[in-house]
Amino acid sequence: MRRSIAVAAAGLCRRYGRRWALTDVTFEVPEGALVMVTGRNGSGKSTLLRVLATAIRADRGTVAILGYDTHRDRDAVREITALLAHHTHLYEPLTALENLAIAARFLGDDPGREELRARLAEVGLADRGDDPVQTFSAGMRQRLALARVLLQEARVVLLDEPYGHLDPPGFLLVDGLLQRLRHKGATVLMATHLLNRGRAVCDRGLVLEAGRLVFAGAAADVPEPAGGDGASFAEGA
Amino acid sequence: MTGLAAALRKDLLLQWRSRAQLVAIFAFGAAALLLFSFAIGPDSVALRQHSAGFLWLALLLASTLSLAESFEREMEEHALEGLLLLPASARALYYGKAMANWAQLALLGVALVPVAVVLYDAGTVRLVALLGVILLGTAGLSAPGTLYAAMTAQTRARQTLLPLLLFPLVVPVLLAAVKATSLLILGDPMEQLRPWALLLALFDVVHWSLGGLLFGRVVEE
Repeated sequence: MRRSIAVAAAGLCRRYGRRWALTDVTFEVPEGALVMVTGRNGSGKSTLLRVLATAIRADRGTVAILGYDTHRDRDAVREITALLAHHTHLYEPLTALENLAIAARFLGDDPGREELRARLAEVGLADRGDDPVQTFSAGMRQRLALARVLLQEARVVLLDEPYGHLDPPGFLLVDGLLQRLRHKGATVLMATHLLNRGRAVCDRGLVLEAGRLVFAGAAADVPEPAGGDGASFAEGA
Repeated sequence: MTGLAAALRKDLLLQWRSRAQLVAIFAFGAAALLLFSFAIGPDSVALRQHSAGFLWLALLLASTLSLAESFEREMEEHALEGLLLLPASARALYYGKAMANWAQLALLGVALVPVAVVLYDAGTVRLVALLGVILLGTAGLSAPGTLYAAMTAQTRARQTLLPLLLFPLVVPVLLAAVKATSLLILGDPMEQLRPWALLLALFDVVHWSLGGLLFGRVVEE
């Protein structure tokens, strides 16, 4: 059975000032796919995910998420996408539970403390629910940000460096969450430098180089990024 | 309405968590009132005559601190962006924050009145009317203040830019609030309070309407 297209980008361009962060990026991702987006620092991975999530707009080109145009149907796109960004989107003075409760209320839900605590348990933070986020380490913030993303139950999940700041158990946690998203039928695009890990857990891969898409294909065939020591990319696996 | 309730609840919670900041802002307002009294000198009649103006100036200066602070938390980890992407309505986020700022400024205004009474002998028996004027005046500060605080929160020189942008815009509100408060403190033989209060209410309607319409353009790319 042919799967429908979850993400379709055509001629995507985005610039910051005079520098083009994305140039003529065109690709399609079928629904339910788990896609790694890789490339060297500054290659445009985060910009691409932010454009897909409607956090920023493309200067040229079009993106459709499950048929919705990111420019014209912005709110509809936001209802079906979730973004884990470099910034955690968390309120530092508030507790982990309060942060999740705020997100849940905006999503039209008002879950009880126990339900939210169960969400925190999924990311290994069950006993830190009443602590302010400002007391958390970077890894714990990343876990909480992941819990917030999962709360959205989105059909298209965009993860920018989900393994960032995490310890080895945290890596396994993200692997598990990715599998869970896959079983639910969600489409996942994950920006990562961890090539071997990405090859193992994803089924497709996109490689960006200086804002241009230089590879789109099976994750197992993703090449080492050019122009440097590709070994450092594989080390994290 | 769900979004507005969620936004208001969120902002009130954030204010409660940073309540120590409110004490500092009150101290700043009280210090401003004290310094203004030095400019007049020990002339009790002049002090009383100028008390309304100084009260609102102190409130205006203190408001820039609290308004700027209200967006600090939103920008630290791009929390506001996170809410917009949920998606939360920009209008609900604006009204939630503007209402929370309004509550905070009104509380600050009420807290500064006793200081003005002590320093300027600016007492009045029409306490309910004074509360009404404070509510109308602070509403006129919080609506445009929230909009401009959002606009300047993303700039480096936000502490300078916010007053530069806000002060010219709120001059009519300030004039009406000062006049209405003066009438309450010094007496109102011609019964002019009502038209000034209505003028304040009119400014409030304009500012709150425009703020809701423009906030999305300010916070979205």
